Amino acid sequence: MTRVAEPDTAEEVLGQKKTVGRQVHAVLHRMPALSPLIVLVAAGVVFGLMNSRFFLPGNLSIILQQASIVGALAVGQTLVILTAGIDLSIGAVMVLSSLVMAKLVKDGSVPGPVALLIGFAVAVLAGALNGFLVTRIKLPPFIVTLGTLSIFTAGTLIYAQGQTISLPANTFLTWTGSTISIGSFNLTVGVIMMLVLYAVFAYALRQTAWGKHLYATGDDPEASSLAGIRTNRVLLSAYVVAGAVIGIGAWILVGRINGADPNAGVNANLESITAVVIGGTSLFGGRGAVVGSLIGALIVQVFDNGLALAGVDPNYQVLAVGVLVLLAVGADQWIRSVKS
Amino acid sequence: MTQPVLEAQGLVKTFGPVVGLAGVDIQLYPGEVLAVIGDNGAGKSTLIKCLSGAMVPDSGTMKIDGQVVSFSSTQGAREAGIETVYQTLAVAPALDIASNLFLARERRRKGLLGSVLRMLDTPGMKRDAKQHIDDLGISTLQNISQSVETLSGGQRQAVAVARAAAFGGKVVILDEPTAALGVRETGQVLRLIRDLRDRGLAIILISHNMPNVFEVADRIHIQRLGRGVGVITPQSHTPAQAVAIMTGAVTLQESGDVASTRE
Repeated sequence: MTRVAEPDTAEEVLGQKKTVGRQVHAVLHRMPALSPLIVLVAAGVVFGLMNSRFFLPGNLSIILQQASIVGALAVGQTLVILTAGIDLSIGAVMVLSSLVMAKLVKDGSVPGPVALLIGFAVAVLAGALNGFLVTRIKLPPFIVTLGTLSIFTAGTLIYAQGQTISLPANTFLTWTGSTISIGSFNLTVGVIMMLVLYAVFAYALRQTAWGKHLYATGDDPEASSLAGIRTNRVLLSAYVVAGAVIGIGAWILVGRINGADPNAGVNANLESITAVVIGGTSLFGGRGAVVGSLIGALIVQVFDNGLALAGVDPNYQVLAVGVLVLLAVGADQWIRSVKS
Repeated sequence: MTQPVLEAQGLVKTFGPVVGLAGVDIQLYPGEVLAVIGDNGAGKSTLIKCLSGAMVPDSGTMKIDGQVVSFSSTQGAREAGIETVYQTLAVAPALDIASNLFLARERRRKGLLGSVLRMLDTPGMKRDAKQHIDDLGISTLQNISQSVETLSGGQRQAVAVARAAAFGGKVVILDEPTAALGVRETGQVLRLIRDLRDRGLAIILISHNMPNVFEVADRIHIQRLGRGVGVITPQSHTPAQAVAIMTGAVTLQESGDVASTRE
């Protein structure tokens, strides 16, 4: 087990020529959310030039509102992906949770706050189930959540009995859909909630030991465990906290569609992953920033909205997002490659 | 006679049909460097994993300062004052040097920021990490905010050793600390080991490098095929004899003499 002595001394590393490529690499390495931010700004400029209506406050607020659901889910998805996991069931859990909330109020005449708490608990329990299967039964997250995706989707359809539930606006559950206007810029409570989620988790990931441990566990679980981190507990917490975030996402969804629809958000599972990946978080874990996922969710909506305003066939929007995903993963591969 | 700071008796660890440790005794005294040498598969790594809490031995007892202990995790061993530098280094590559030094031991801010918002004392930890690195005379680590993956093998080793040295209460275990290092960095690590010993810490050094072992060790524990086959000192035996005992070419007698196993 003798190792070949490495020729790299500090002097050699420091003496390396700072090429442009190396400097760009170093900057992106430190700030993973920078490249999606550049894409977002560039896309905004291009779409603004193509159609002047793009930058109207009303249009920008629509983009934010359309990004609110996937944006909220992407917070939970980021937590899971940072641990080198993935949650395919995230949208299904949100729909189940929203249906529980809405149905309890509609059928059972349960007070709104109680229905909210029960729906929220459903989402947390679903996250705990995923986390339990990943950490205790040691199944790969992809397989676990592929299984629970079907289970939660079926549970939703069985529970809904084919019904769509509509609730009146301006009740407790639909409060998240109420708007706060600043001029012609219409923020909904749901949008604000999503932005608060980002602020809270940007803080938690950067400034608390839990955040450090989440990154370290995703980065190198064995080293983290040897260093004294209880990696199983960290992993479980990621899925449970993601569940709580999904519960809030469910509340935002109820406000946005004024009720619950078992067929709403069928694409939210993959859309949340798309947002996280475009946002610069590595699918291999341990690298990325939660704010990148917000940028990723916005990029998808900006493309959707901008191309629609430009009168482009909507299929090209799907195509553009696909290209962005591949570019983002390619960039991540490059950024992660470090010559030591 | 001083009491051993760390003592293990009859440690056994098997992996299915494979015997990692077949009943090993070891004593470690304060202020000494005990080297553990042995060929591949002799059980060196298994031994230190048992001592550091990374593995739970199937049987055998361990004592710290005469008190029987058992560790179910590395955290337990650390709380008892045993720090380990693993061959794999156990650093998180994407995190910076300061975060790695304080990994799983993060300090929170004082006051409400720390107790309610659980905010980390990042500036304080950076300052202390810099202080530890400077104290140890590790000059190659310049920027404490640099991520560990941008460091060379030797620099990563320095981070791992600095972590153990900064928090080592009683015992520091070093697994092949010089294997990936250049000549100058090896010299620094050996000096560091002597410094730690002079502070009264007990050091276990696992190494293949006989010149290093004979330069720095006070006593040498030789492992062979899962058993401890003897303890020698750099004064009582030569490196060639140590290698011969380690490979089974000769056996160590009770008297300390070596006898050839080949007739």
